[in-house]
Amino acid sequence: MPRPEDLKQRIEAAIPGAQADVTDLTGGGDHFRATVVAAEFAQLSRIEQHRRVYGVFGSDIGGPIHALSLETKAE
Amino acid sequence: MSTTENPVRDAIQGAIGEHEVLLFMKGTPEAPACGFSARTVAALEALGTPFAAVDILPDPRIRQELSNLSNWPTIPQLFVKGELVGGCDIVSEMYESGELAQVLGVEAPADAPDGAPAAAEPGAPPLQIKNNLV
Repeated sequence: MPRPEDLKQRIEAAIPGAQADVTDLTGGGDHFRATVVAAEFAQLSRIEQHRRVYGVFGSDIGGPIHALSLETKAE
Repeated sequence: MSTTENPVRDAIQGAIGEHEVLLFMKGTPEAPACGFSARTVAALEALGTPFAAVDILPDPRIRQELSNLSNWPTIPQLFVKGELVGGCDIVSEMYESGELAQVLGVEAPADAPDGAPAAAEPGAPPLQIKNNLV
């Protein structure tokens, strides 16, 4: 079962300079909320920013990670 | 639309092309089966805009093909004029900022500072597409 720290680590490892703050919404280890700040988001639309973060997890989204609610910011 | 070997994808593409405002969700607008779908329906209903909805739950192929098409892994997904606007988070943010009303071409909600909409028809019922994707 993924933990918020695991998600945080994966996001920060995949997106250079990103800072992620991840919480487990239900305590069940499958509904998460992440706030991600990354300089590269300045070049991306909001949809593309979310795609970038979802892309870190590939098919884990909809698998072990049932839901990942996102807030993304450039700074 | 030409016949291909993927009728589910064709049906999804057809629906996206046909309906100006289309929500793929879990459950129905009257009975959402997931909190994220429920919040997205609530934003659309608060703006009083008619929208079509497709329940993705009856057939797992719908979600799979939809996500392949849209390059978006989660449900709900809101399409306006054939374009993916976003999922629950983006739609909620856009509702709060007034952008959603803009994209939909409707008045901002009554509680918005400058919104004061003229008496809109109260709660026009959402248009239901018959789920013929299965």
